[in-house]
Order: sequence, then structure tokens, then C-alpha cells
Amino acid sequence: MTQEHIDKAIGREYAAGFTTMIEADTFPPGLNEDVVRALSAKKGEPAWMLEWRLEAFRAWQEMAEPEWAHVDYPPVDFQAVSYYSSPKSLEEKRPKSLDEVDPELLATYEKLGIPMHERAALAGVAMDVVFDSVSVTTTFREKLAEEGVLFCSMSEAIREYPELVRKYIGTVVPRRDNFYAALNSAVFSDGSFVYIPKGVRCPMELSTYFRINEANTGQFERTLIVADEGSHVSYLEGCTAPMRDENQLHAAVVELVVLDSAEVKYSTVQNWYPGDDEGRGGIYNFVTKRGLAHTNAKISWTQVETGSAITWKYPSCILRGDNSVGEFYSVALTNNRQQADTGTKMIHLGRNTRSTIISKGISAGRSSNAYRGLVRMGPRAEGARNYTQCDSLLIGDKCAAHTFPYIESRNPGAVVEHEATTSRVSDDQLYLCRQRGLDEEKAVSMIVNGFCKEVFKELPMEFAVEAGKLLEVSLEGSVG
Amino acid sequence: MLKIDNLHARVDDKEILKGLTLTVNAGEVHAIMGPNGSGKSTLGHALAGRPGYEVTAGSVSFLGRDLLDMDTEERAHLGVFLAFQYPVEIPGVSNMEFLKAAVDATRESRGLEALDTVSFMKLAREASKAVNLDASFLKRGVNEGFSGGEKKRNELLQMMLLEPQLCIMDETDSGLDIDALQVVAGGVNAMRSAERSFVLITHYQRLLNFIEPDFVHVLSGGRIVRSGDKSLALELEEKGYGWIADSAAPGEVA
Repeated sequence: MTQEHIDKAIGREYAAGFTTMIEADTFPPGLNEDVVRALSAKKGEPAWMLEWRLEAFRAWQEMAEPEWAHVDYPPVDFQAVSYYSSPKSLEEKRPKSLDEVDPELLATYEKLGIPMHERAALAGVAMDVVFDSVSVTTTFREKLAEEGVLFCSMSEAIREYPELVRKYIGTVVPRRDNFYAALNSAVFSDGSFVYIPKGVRCPMELSTYFRINEANTGQFERTLIVADEGSHVSYLEGCTAPMRDENQLHAAVVELVVLDSAEVKYSTVQNWYPGDDEGRGGIYNFVTKRGLAHTNAKISWTQVETGSAITWKYPSCILRGDNSVGEFYSVALTNNRQQADTGTKMIHLGRNTRSTIISKGISAGRSSNAYRGLVRMGPRAEGARNYTQCDSLLIGDKCAAHTFPYIESRNPGAVVEHEATTSRVSDDQLYLCRQRGLDEEKAVSMIVNGFCKEVFKELPMEFAVEAGKLLEVSLEGSVG
Repeated sequence: MLKIDNLHARVDDKEILKGLTLTVNAGEVHAIMGPNGSGKSTLGHALAGRPGYEVTAGSVSFLGRDLLDMDTEERAHLGVFLAFQYPVEIPGVSNMEFLKAAVDATRESRGLEALDTVSFMKLAREASKAVNLDASFLKRGVNEGFSGGEKKRNELLQMMLLEPQLCIMDETDSGLDIDALQVVAGGVNAMRSAERSFVLITHYQRLLNFIEPDFVHVLSGGRIVRSGDKSLALELEEKGYGWIADSAAPGEVA
């Protein structure tokens, strides 16, 4: 197997790379207090929200971009980015029903395979759809309301449920947490808000689909999920963007508040535009995701990351309550010139807290794929346990895989286990497959899929299909 | 069925096959014997189309087609099967999934519909029983953690399910105990038919006690230097390879 053959076998076409021609209301590039004020005014936000943003902005100005990640890119000019863009049709009036949504927009989602009509939607999935800086629509709201479940865009939540938002926003990811979180807190434009009342098992999967369309526009979404005592919700997130030569910025914050005995399962299939073969264009994805688990609560993160030029992302769990459980299942695939530095943090504070980390990194082309994980056992974490398994798969001989595990234990009674492997899709494996009649694409796809099996089985049914489709595109082959 | 004429092949710039000529008709079993480094395995890989094995001269026709002009998988679709000397592991991909994908791809290339999962699983279980592998091996990763003998029987299992026209077996007997050897031989004998041919690459005469060949060839220095019937194998067993290499006139082919 020559390198050329391998390159061909894993070469991808980015199917979501089209642009929607739509009139947009876009802020001129640049960021200062006036921009934050203008953004807040556009959204019709209350004074406390504006004040909260301004404080974040002032904090951000004093912070420096983190440089510790194993990624390399030219400095981002934050003054060259536009911090707000909305399709004009949504600007004037948010559509009350899908009949009022601009047909161009509907066509965009049809093309992406995201049916927005409730009738055509995947059975049992309610969806919030975010286009550039604004939410287009949220489906099944009424049905969810019958159970007391609140599911809407963040902008609406700030207007309609200000007490809830004010009580929880920034409690898991404080504004000064890190450079990108501070930036997001200042300029977040939309995102999803979920509240599950006490004891309620959310009757359907909730889902948000993020799409960046405008050029030179950043997307800064903010998602807040509050699961009240004894409740349960499964939440899915998908993302795509057009192919553009310039890099685009995406800096999101996701906060999960999981109260006593509640459970949140958060799944992501991230397919932002990864840039071309030479590394031109693509999304810079700097994301802070964190959940806070109270007593007996459970947080499960599952992510399938195939997109973005740069990925900087560590969905984490703070296991504050006794007996709380954190899980992190991840597949990160990088190809061409993509760079990913991703992993998790499991902070064990409570007694008998447990966490599991299963990370599968796949590197192809000239890409670089790093796992970075922290397991911290606090002094109170008597009987806490962590199990980490971290596997890397290399395809070809020009890519790189790195593992940076950090373990800090302040409790001698806590148990931390770590296993790591690195393997390669070997020429001999491909030869065996081809000799048995499989073409290269099928062979690579089958081997990669086998490697990821432990993570894929954690995805909800509806999303497993999407993840399968995505790997198919990314690896140009079928997934069995 | 298979016609190899004056085949020259190199690996890593080293010429291994130097003018090999061999004809295998339908239904025949040919044993290829020879000392280490004589080019036996290279012959198998050159026929199967292993990347990096460069044919520099000569021709190979199989079922009337130019085999050397085809990709590895196309040759497989046409019915060339190589049982590997050192089968590799594919962790995480279950044997069943692998076998189904291989059989589906082969059937598709012949314009046949894919077998439904239930019928395929039935076939696979029967085949694994025939090669004396417990059905649990179908659920395990391809060759993952298999012993040497289990890997060889797994090769036979693949061969039975793919039903190839030409079975090239590269030292399938090496490393097998007598019981496993009999299982492999039994499988091969059961597959012998008027339409199917075998090329058995082996070091030892032992295998030929169980699988009776129609022809025995001795490979030395990248050429066939002597051909005969099964008695040649017995003679080799007795005298070693030295006398043949010495007696073969340069350029002489069978």
C-alpha cells in the first residue's frame, strides 16, 4: 500500500460545505464595549445581562490566549471578526411557524439532511436550529411544555425565564474561567436552554443543530442545561459550516447543572469545516464544556469530532456530590492538516465518585491528534475511582498522535487506572482485506469503525446513524 | 486455469523470481516445495497482487484474464485466494463482520445479491464447525489473540466461505500439530473439485501425506528446477534439496 493509496482511501469530501445566499444583518468586524452593548440591545436583553456581559468583556481584555495546547496556528485577530450576524428575515421578526421561515433557510437544512418540519422530523427528537448568531426555530416546544420541560433558544430564555438563567449561568463555567469562556460570556449570541423539572424523564431526545454561514463571522453559542432533582435528559448537538478559505472562529460554552440524582447525557457530532488538503480555511473550535454533578447525579459526555481546523475542547465533569458519576466517550478523527487537542477533566470532590474515560484518536494525512486529560482526586474523595483508556490509531506515516494524561491525587484511598495504546492501520491489514475482496475504502472504514466501537455504542440510536454517515464521508467508505 | 510464463518479480529492488513457468489446470493440486529463500512465498504474493511486489517480466493469465493487470481485490473477486503464512490481527473488527463484508464484496462483484444476515450466520457457523473453531471465534476480533493454529484454521474458514477458484496456501501447515494439520487437510480435501485448483506452498512432505498432490515442483533460485508426481516429495524428504540445486542445469525449467 503506497501512501498515495492511503491518501486516496481516506480523502474526504466535505458535503456540508455549501454557502446559503441570504441577506444578512451583520455587525462590522471589531470588538469593544459598544459592540457588546449593541448586541445586547439587538437581543432586547435586561440590564443585568448587559452588565454581566460587560464584566466578562473587561475580564477578557486582561486575559491572554492560552498557548499550552499542542496546536499551531497564526494569532487570531479578534478585531477582524464580526460578532453578530443574522439572516434579515429573522432579524425583522422571528417566525411564529415554519411557514414563515425564509424558504432559503429551510432549503439549507433540507440539504444538510436536517428536516425541520415536525412531521418529517426524526421520531422522538425535538430540535433547536441555530443559524450564525440566531436561533431559527425550536420544534416540539408545546409537546415538551406538557411535561414542564423548557427547551428554547438562549435569547428567549433570557427574556422569558430570566430567574432560571440568572440563577445558573456562569455557575459551572465562570466568566473568568479561561480566555475563550470570557470572550463567549461577553459576546455569546444564541444557543439552547433546557430545564427539566424535578423527577421528569424528558420524553424525547433534545437536539441543537449549529450552522455557521456568513464569512468572517464568529459563532459564540452558549448552552445551559439544568436537570432538576431526579430528572433525566439526553441532548444531542450537531455542527457544520461552509467551505471558506479564511478561518472562522467558534468559541462556545456549554454548562450542565445536574442536581441530586439527575442524569444528563450529552452527545456531540462535530463536523465543522476542517479546511482543505493544504490546511487553508476551516473552523477554529475553542470550546469550554463542563458539567457539575450533585449527589448521586450522573453526567455522560459522548463526542464524535471529525471537523474543524483546530479543536481545543475538554468536556469535563465536576463530581461534587457523593456517589456522582462522570463519563467521557470520545472519537476524534483528524485528517489532512487538522489539529486536535481534546480530552476531558474529571474532578472528583465527593466520596465514592466514579469516572470513566474512553478516548479514541484517529490521525490520518498530516494531522496531529492529542489527547489531554486530567483526573483529580480531591482530599474528600474517599473511595473514588477512575478508569481511563486512551487509544490512538495512525493511518499513514505523516500524522502524529500524542497523549498527555495528568493525574493529581490528594486522597490515598482513591484509585486511578490508566491504559493507553497506539496502533497503526498497517499495510498488512489492508492487504489482508483487499485479498479477501474488500476495496481500500471499505477496508480502512471497517478498521476505523472497529477501533471506535466502544464509543459508538454509547451514542443514542438517532445519532449513531449520523455518526456512521459522517465517518463514511470522512473516510469515503461504508460503515458496517 | 492458471498459466504463469517466465515470471520475474522483485521485492525491495531484489529479484526473487527469475523466470518461473507453471501451468495449473482446473481441478489440479500442485505442491511447491523448495529451500528457504527460493521464492515460494513471493510467488504467492505476486499472484495475489501484494503491493510492493513488482513484476518485471513474464505473464500470468488466470481464467483467460491478464492477472497482472488487475488490482489485488479484483483478483480476489475473480477467485484468487491466498491463505497467509502469517495472518494479521484486526482488533475490534469481529470475524463475523469481516467475513460478511468479504463475502458481500465478492458476491457483489459477481452480480449476486448479498446474503441476508441470518443465512450468512448459519453458513459461517457451519464452516467454523468444519474447521473445528468454536463459534465464539466468530465474535472475536479478526485473529485477535488467536493461537498460531487458530489463525491457520481461520484462514481455512475464510477460504471455505469465499469459495475461490484458485486456492494458494502459503505454508498453512507450518506450526500446526498433527490434529490441526488433519483438520486443515480435511477441509482442503472436502473443497477439492473439478473446477477448483490448489497451489500448496510447503517446506515439508508431511502435509502431502494428507493432501495428495497431482504434481510436485521444486523451486530454487526463483525458478522451478524440477517437477514430478508425489514421489518427488518423498525423494526430497529423504535426500534434502541439495542434490536438485546441484543437478539443475541453468535455465532449465519444468
